[in-house]
Amino acid sequence: MQEFTWRVGGPQGGGIETAATLFARAVAKGGWWVATKREYHSNIMGRHSYLDVRLSRKPVGAFREKVDFLVALDGETLARHLGEVRPGGALLYDPRALDLTVHKLPMLDHRAAEALAERFGKLDPSLKEVLQAYVEAGVQPLPYPFEEVADRIGGELGVPSLQARRTLNTIAVAASLRLLDFPLEPLLEALAHQFRGKVLELNQEVAKAVYREEVPRLPSQLSLNGYEPGRVYLTGAQAAALGKLAGGLRFQTYYPISPATDESVYLEAHTAFQGADVAVVQTEDEIAAVTMAIGAALTGARAATATSGPGFSLMAEGMGFAGMLEAPLVVTLYQRGGPSTGLPTRTEQGDLQFALRGGHGEYPRLVLASGDIEDAFLDAQKALAWAWRYQTVVVHLLDKFLASMAQSLPKEALKPLSLNGERRFPGREGRPEPFPRYAMAPDGISPFAPLGTPGSFYWMTSDEHDEVGHITEDPVVREAQMEKRMQKLQTARKEIPQEDQYTLFRDGEVLVLGFGTVKGTLLEALESLPGVGYLHLRLLWPFPEIAPLLEGKRLVTVEHNYSGQLADLVQQETLQRVHHRVVKYNGRPITLDEAVEALRAVLTKEAPERLVLRKGV
Amino acid sequence: MLELKPADYKAEKNPDWCPGCGDFGILSALQMALFELKKDPSRTVVFSGIGCSAKTPHYLNVYGVHTLHGRVLPIAQGAKLAHPHLTVVAVGGDGDGLGIGAGHFVAAGRRNVDMLYILYDNEVYGLTKGQAGPTLGFGEKTKSLPKPNPQGRINPLLLAFAAGYTWIGRGYAYDVKGLKELIKEGILHRGLAFLHVLQPCPTYNDLHTKEWFAPRLYRLQEEGYDPYVPEGLSPEELDGKMALFQAKAAEWGERIPVGVFWRAEAPTFEERLQAYLPRYPGVYPALGQREALDLEGLLREFAL
Repeated sequence: MQEFTWRVGGPQGGGIETAATLFARAVAKGGWWVATKREYHSNIMGRHSYLDVRLSRKPVGAFREKVDFLVALDGETLARHLGEVRPGGALLYDPRALDLTVHKLPMLDHRAAEALAERFGKLDPSLKEVLQAYVEAGVQPLPYPFEEVADRIGGELGVPSLQARRTLNTIAVAASLRLLDFPLEPLLEALAHQFRGKVLELNQEVAKAVYREEVPRLPSQLSLNGYEPGRVYLTGAQAAALGKLAGGLRFQTYYPISPATDESVYLEAHTAFQGADVAVVQTEDEIAAVTMAIGAALTGARAATATSGPGFSLMAEGMGFAGMLEAPLVVTLYQRGGPSTGLPTRTEQGDLQFALRGGHGEYPRLVLASGDIEDAFLDAQKALAWAWRYQTVVVHLLDKFLASMAQSLPKEALKPLSLNGERRFPGREGRPEPFPRYAMAPDGISPFAPLGTPGSFYWMTSDEHDEVGHITEDPVVREAQMEKRMQKLQTARKEIPQEDQYTLFRDGEVLVLGFGTVKGTLLEALESLPGVGYLHLRLLWPFPEIAPLLEGKRLVTVEHNYSGQLADLVQQETLQRVHHRVVKYNGRPITLDEAVEALRAVLTKEAPERLVLRKGV
Repeated sequence: MLELKPADYKAEKNPDWCPGCGDFGILSALQMALFELKKDPSRTVVFSGIGCSAKTPHYLNVYGVHTLHGRVLPIAQGAKLAHPHLTVVAVGGDGDGLGIGAGHFVAAGRRNVDMLYILYDNEVYGLTKGQAGPTLGFGEKTKSLPKPNPQGRINPLLLAFAAGYTWIGRGYAYDVKGLKELIKEGILHRGLAFLHVLQPCPTYNDLHTKEWFAPRLYRLQEEGYDPYVPEGLSPEELDGKMALFQAKAAEWGERIPVGVFWRAEAPTFEERLQAYLPRYPGVYPALGQREALDLEGLLREFAL
């Protein structure tokens, strides 16, 4: 077996995240490369949530449409994921759920219930019928009474039922691994990573007990893949936070918002580490988050903020202010489904054009997007370095998919970069004198004197200003200052190495263009699509000079939004026509299978100009 | 130590305020206060919002940051927290601080960052030609308004108190000497100080003019009012202090008090940060990277 996808579904807050982490860590301990994706509702407890763990013999960053193994911790999972297990796959479920009917599932959406009613030709199909449909589709049913097992093992260990049932996630993972004939030892290690003390003891005992039970032998077996030390397993939000620390972050502000908050909470929890003295301030709103970070940046502190969707809208004013003051500022934007509150916990790349253009007036800003977890770590460092080099706003784009996705990768992938290039006035002895902070510079970059620089003072203003920062409406000074600021974009385009601007992973007559989290999916899709090339954009603004690479090619963009914002940008900047726009906007990430199918249609010339991908639960 | 004269704190630029504007008095008081406290101009920052009052920093020879409408407080707090050794004064008008910036005004009170916020209150939006500000009373009609004000007034002192400001004072723009003393006290106060300044607008506000204010103002401290709230007061004593504060803060009409209304002690936000940044403020964000990051250590929790 080369690859395998395990899915666990259940109520939010019911331990399924822990289950997925345990499964992923256990198989990763067994040498497999893993990637985990998380789908959840904007809800604290009770609504349906599920995670996929895909494992592969080689590094993996994409997900399949159908899974090989589904663990349904509740009846709703059975109902929602019908049709999502591939023929020959397995379904582990609690037979007690079969007593329910679709309408007895309190959290199942109306539309999903109706779809099931239609499929079964009756108003309220039972879950027995749903299970039968799995079986007819070639899925092997594996009834497993999770709670009974918990109580029984608990009884054997002398643990009360309530406590024993807290180990349901461990039971589900242990049962899955046992059925797949995977050794117990890596799971015990994964548990040791997750739990401490008595809780650890109990969970390890439970796992051992599950492994003592007789189980049927499945056709799919999950052998060890050769453990190699030095790998790590982390999420995109954690990678971005670590990248910020590696980039010298000293001040982070935020207002709670999904999915951006994870990054700031990680930072709050890790400030005691050597070299990581970061002041993290939770502000009253995103207006304060962005402006407080700017205030900190003006003193010379490397400062950043992180937000999503509506929060970014509120930051537009502050970003323009930073642009005008030439303040170094990083805004990490975790995109989510919009407009307005939209789909708060689902993914989208709908903020590209807003990140490029949002705000009144014109100022230089850099926009870069991360394609995977390694990129998130490196890009966070680059964003900070560029903000300081060019003394302007850098927007670092990620999205919900990447933020909550976890991947295993070699530790060396998380490489600290030594980037510098700050142009700073060191100060001087003696009586403070006005400093020409906004002095003309051919490359647009005047020396920056942070607040508190000795021997000097000057003014900063959101109004147009002269060299020392006094307000002016003089047309000549206005032109000169505007040109100086905007010159930074030309300088950045010249200085930023090509490999940081874009990567042509493969050339082809059909050339796919993408940015951000479509990267992993497209790279794997290419393996089965000879003749298709992929150009991945890392820097979105200033826009790289890619026009010569596009000439004469059949161009396709693949992105998570409605209109094809990347396609518009490519057309505007290269004057090359994008022939096909593959878009998806239902909040679920594009699967490998969807991408392959869409690009095959392009190859066989059957594809329309616009292809909408609609898969996902 | 620098030997600076009062005039050294005054910038070359001439204020473009209307003749007779209350802002002149506040500017002079601030300039004198910085001089008397011997503040190093390169360690002092005056932040402002947007509006007539917000031009203040341009007329002072210290670091000046003229920001956005309503956003002066988060920007000033960010700078002070990142560089706790700066002297930070934020200034802005009533519309700036209590209209568009009201959320920030309240949130700042919850933090108690060590700085002074001066609110210039002329009850109107001067720079846009006299619309009603958030401190103009319901039914009041200045000459710049086409109709009487249909909205009510915010009491800045009571709002500051509710939000948790630890020093609350009020001064009068034409009483430069008194105002200077209040500014000095506000700067020296350990924590967030709020100074409300009554500032007539001769161009748009014909209701609350110099002539209107003059006979009404009196000094709290001359009547024996003690604003100090020591730590460890009994609940009854604290209730008494609060009742007295409230009565004075609400007094408006025939008699209007100026002076220090409230002076309490509470941990500053800088001190609170030490709970998770043990080396702060010795090691503070503006210092930058001082040692290599222990990335290995951070990665341990993610190791497989």
